[in-house]
Amino acid sequence: MTDTSTPAGTAAAVDPAEGDEPQIAYPRTEWDDYEIIPPTTSLSNEKLTMWTFLGSDCLLFGALISTYLLLRNRQPLSGEGSLKAADLFDIPFTSVSSFVLLMSSLTMVLAVSAIARGEMERCKLWLLTTAAQGAVFIAGQVYEFTSFYREGLGYTVSISSSAFYTLTGFHGVHVSLGIIMLVSLWAMINRGIIGPERAETVEIIGLYWHFVDIVWIVIFAVVYLIP
Amino acid sequence: MSTATEAAPEEVHPSDEAHDDHDHGLSDFGYIKVALLLAALTAAEVLIYFAPPGPLEVPLLLILMVVKFEIVVAYFMHLRFDNKLFTWMFVGGLVLAIAVYAAMGTSMLFWTDPAGCDLSPNLDC
Repeated sequence: MTDTSTPAGTAAAVDPAEGDEPQIAYPRTEWDDYEIIPPTTSLSNEKLTMWTFLGSDCLLFGALISTYLLLRNRQPLSGEGSLKAADLFDIPFTSVSSFVLLMSSLTMVLAVSAIARGEMERCKLWLLTTAAQGAVFIAGQVYEFTSFYREGLGYTVSISSSAFYTLTGFHGVHVSLGIIMLVSLWAMINRGIIGPERAETVEIIGLYWHFVDIVWIVIFAVVYLIP
Repeated sequence: MSTATEAAPEEVHPSDEAHDDHDHGLSDFGYIKVALLLAALTAAEVLIYFAPPGPLEVPLLLILMVVKFEIVVAYFMHLRFDNKLFTWMFVGGLVLAIAVYAAMGTSMLFWTDPAGCDLSPNLDC
């Protein structure tokens, strides 16, 4: 941190070189004593952090998916509960859930596009639509889990059912966190905390949401569709 | 805490402030076309599931999965239009994950015995 040349107690943001434009004197804050050092990559640090997080999250889901693939045919030694998740899959139902989640990525990107143009009302509408689609997906997952449980496939019935519930449950938690972030974003925009100048915040949340979608693309194909 | 952005919002154009490191590329209509393509690919996946084309079933499903993944990452996540460093951060994690779990699958005989018969004596193989 380096001291700026602005003397303490004076207005910091008045630029006499601006000509006839109205001059605004800002109240001095403690931050005026520090020089803002731009990131050396000239990229957004927040976005780079999110991409790094998403890259690391690939390892988490990679572990869960590969564990399920290894264990999906295992049955309990006792011989009880030979039921597997794959025996109970309702592909038409899951296809509709997948379609809803896929379309939520469209509404998310439209929200990002809207705030980049400064259309706040449209952005809020798309954010709420995205959150609602995520909620529909979660409702579908709760229904699926409930129906599987009623069929006798509990979490501890077999190691394959544990792997299945852990994988899809972790994804569901990610979607749920995404819904919370989307609704929080909507509330912050509604209260004027986030404006068009912070469009990148919406974009970063959007990256997370799209990641949740691509993870489901893999789960839907590898776990549900491939025999 | 006041900032220059709060004091003079009209001076800040959103596309200049937050997205000066890349070009977003697609229009809203373009995104809708991409979504329709994704929907069609999903329908093709389900069709393959219900009418499997013999030995091509698994390769086709995997190819469709990779294509859908690529489209979402490239267009919806803007990686196609963004700085390459973001691509490297994400692809680095992805490649690492694939390598680590491919090695794990090899050590667990997954490629030669995907049903797990060799390692699980209670399976009816």
